[in-house]
Amino acid sequence: MFLAWRRRRHAVCGVQLVRGSDGVGACTDGVGPRDNGIPDCGRNQMSNSLASGATVMISREGLESLLQALARRGYEVVGPTVRDEAIVYDRITHVADLPVGWTDRQEAGRYRLERRSDDALFGFNVGPHAWKRFLHRSVETLWTMRRTENGAMIERDDNAGPKFAFVGVRSCELHAIAIQDRVLSKGPYADAAYAMRRRDAFIIAVNCGQAGGTCFCVSMQTGPKAQYGFDLALTELLNGGTHELLVEVGTETGGDILRQLSHRPAGEVERAAAAAIVARTADQMGRHLETAGLKELLENNLNHPRWDDVADRCLTCGNCTMVCPTCFCTTVEDHSDLGGMSAERVRKWDSCFTMDFSFIHGGSIRKTPKARYRQWMTHKLATWIDQFGTSGCVGCGRCITWCPVGIDITAEAAAIRADPEAQKGRHRGDA
Amino acid sequence: MATLEEILREHPLFAGASGEQVRLVAGCGRNRLFRAGDYLCREGEPANEFFLIREGKVALDIAAPGRGPIVFETLGVGDFVGDSWLVPPYRWTFDARAVGLTRTIGIDGACLRGKCETDHEFGYEMMKRFLTPLVRRLQEHRLQILDVYGKH
Amino acid sequence: MSTASTEAANGRPSDPLVPQIYLVDRVSRELPDTVTLDLSPLSGTRPQFKPGQFNMLYAFGIGEVAISMSGDGAHTSFVHTIREVGAVSSALARLTPGETVGLRGPFGNGWPVNDADGSDIVIVAGGLGLAPLRPAIYQILADRGRYGRVVILFGTRNPTEMLYRHELEQWRQRLDVDIEVTVDHADRDWHGSVGVVPKLIPRAAFDPEKAVALVCGPEVMMRFSVNALLDAGIRPQSIYVSMERNMKCAVGLCGHCQFGPTFVCKDGPVTRYDRIATIFAMREI
Repeated sequence: MFLAWRRRRHAVCGVQLVRGSDGVGACTDGVGPRDNGIPDCGRNQMSNSLASGATVMISREGLESLLQALARRGYEVVGPTVRDEAIVYDRITHVADLPVGWTDRQEAGRYRLERRSDDALFGFNVGPHAWKRFLHRSVETLWTMRRTENGAMIERDDNAGPKFAFVGVRSCELHAIAIQDRVLSKGPYADAAYAMRRRDAFIIAVNCGQAGGTCFCVSMQTGPKAQYGFDLALTELLNGGTHELLVEVGTETGGDILRQLSHRPAGEVERAAAAAIVARTADQMGRHLETAGLKELLENNLNHPRWDDVADRCLTCGNCTMVCPTCFCTTVEDHSDLGGMSAERVRKWDSCFTMDFSFIHGGSIRKTPKARYRQWMTHKLATWIDQFGTSGCVGCGRCITWCPVGIDITAEAAAIRADPEAQKGRHRGDA
Repeated sequence: MATLEEILREHPLFAGASGEQVRLVAGCGRNRLFRAGDYLCREGEPANEFFLIREGKVALDIAAPGRGPIVFETLGVGDFVGDSWLVPPYRWTFDARAVGLTRTIGIDGACLRGKCETDHEFGYEMMKRFLTPLVRRLQEHRLQILDVYGKH
Repeated sequence: MSTASTEAANGRPSDPLVPQIYLVDRVSRELPDTVTLDLSPLSGTRPQFKPGQFNMLYAFGIGEVAISMSGDGAHTSFVHTIREVGAVSSALARLTPGETVGLRGPFGNGWPVNDADGSDIVIVAGGLGLAPLRPAIYQILADRGRYGRVVILFGTRNPTEMLYRHELEQWRQRLDVDIEVTVDHADRDWHGSVGVVPKLIPRAAFDPEKAVALVCGPEVMMRFSVNALLDAGIRPQSIYVSMERNMKCAVGLCGHCQFGPTFVCKDGPVTRYDRIATIFAMREI
């Protein structure tokens, strides 16, 4: 999807994109990237063709046709669906597979599904799954090795898997995917399989019709409106008898597929209604994270008593790292058969909350729960910026919802901010 | 041949000390020469005299039955050997042995303690001077007992 | 399933996640629990490396461990000194000539030897920390005229557990290098210094204004040595330490080796002290 940079136009204003030095697209005459690296385009011009930026209306049946069209083109279509009393991401075939008429009630440490009074297709927020489960697979065999007479032979599986079509990607998730792009495919060593999956993925974003109980995308400037990073973006318009979706074209690929489906141009009223929905969602945020000076605040308070406080509550279960859409850490396991003739290396998701994570001879560097929680939170909100240029947090709220004891990253940051330790005497050798 | 006072003035322990202070110390001191293998002090004996090293090297060791004596520190030019003379019961807690030819100034502990009692200002200056290298040595010993090169 | 046979390693590996096969040419026992392996590729030449870098050595079916280069850049083989501290290192230490290992690398950055022209070089090594510094020492001694004074300060447990003892004695013969060796404790046969490495620093002869310090050893020892170097007047930007953290991928993708904002595998292991000064002495970072 990111191959044809020259032909990409900004999803909002249609102005041609240029590729920033960090690989993120920016408007040539936009305001430029905010400190989270996402471009901020002030324009609102729409093109009338099905070029990027065009807006059309499709019906629920139109969406069904879209899913079929993607499947016919060889995409593995995945999207939200109800399973095990949660809304998860899995293979879907029909619109009926979506969580039609369902919503979620989320709070710290709490997630419940509830029936809606309408038949909204996307009337919920995010669940325990993130799109990383498809792009950055949780288990992957890196290579297998067999002993031979004069050494060994290594086989590497170059098959990156199917090409995916993601249906229902929220704005925060688009940012999360972009963040993982930077980590996994834009460093000195890139994960080739990840890059291939990303390139081949077709992304249908959804603008949130309501904020989740733990959401704070507005604080992180990652939503609620999907700005870029999608092929198509949907806003569900559901009032009284009409049920339609406004579709915004993000790329040529998106426009191509859409062109073949039945649609009509979106009018001013519909565009205004979509904008109003997004604005209302923005006002409903369940949480707020003050990001001004947050990196320095955390760096200067590594010995704050609040870390002991949260350590008393944290179970180091690692749920937060499993559900977080940007957490990327992995480990490798080496296996061999009993005869010692063949071996393989398997990469798996890992969590910085495990005792083993920081183990070197003699013991783990981060033994205490306090140290491990501090590592996760300071990495997510502070050192990630040093490493990759943006915050690691997109404000999706999953870590708050899925923490068994309801630890809230926004509350922890606020507690430290409310009572920062006086900066300790400068350490020897501070530059 | 330099006088005792001139020699003392050159030793880092008395760097910047006033003429009067050096004279008082010199009054308790004398030249002591040790050949390789000679002992400056033995564990358990009264700590009467301590030694400022002018030249050479001294190994401090403690005997452990079955293991032989274990050297835990070596001191050289600019250091002084002996801290037990400072505090009761004024008894040596280790053996100190000259590794090669070692020239020292031996200072009578009781004599110097007496002068410190008589003149508290002089005494305070002396205590400050001895405390600095002793604290530094204590800090180094802490690192030493961590056995950082061992397997843990 | 496609097959990419890498039976013969040749030059830079194309995929940094896949080990190349190397042959054990030579095994020398350094200490009761430490050996040095000389490794060469099955065919072709090994990649170039910078002193301070490391390879990931793979013991078939058991696992990988990060080991710094400790050999001369002029040698055709990779030289690795390995101490038996766990399953993988023990397996590697038991290899015999003719057996094979997997090898990925070189990874990481190197000691700033090439940027230190005209400087006094102060090398402070503790225990096994001498191994990652040895290639830098070789490089400096091979081009001795580029540098001012060269001081090597080495501390270890006791005289019988002294790495590269023969070589230390050879370096001691040189008139253009100052070497001081100290041990934590010794018996009476030892006529050298007894005491910790930081104790050697105030007495070492170098000009702090133009000195560059390279420090490697157990982290505690590095911490106290850095303090002594700062006390002696060396600038924090001129002190380099070699960090060690849990390594899995060695290419900055798995997240394990993070130390504050740095990935030890790609921003290190050689780290300029001023960049980590605030977290270096903190617990459990």
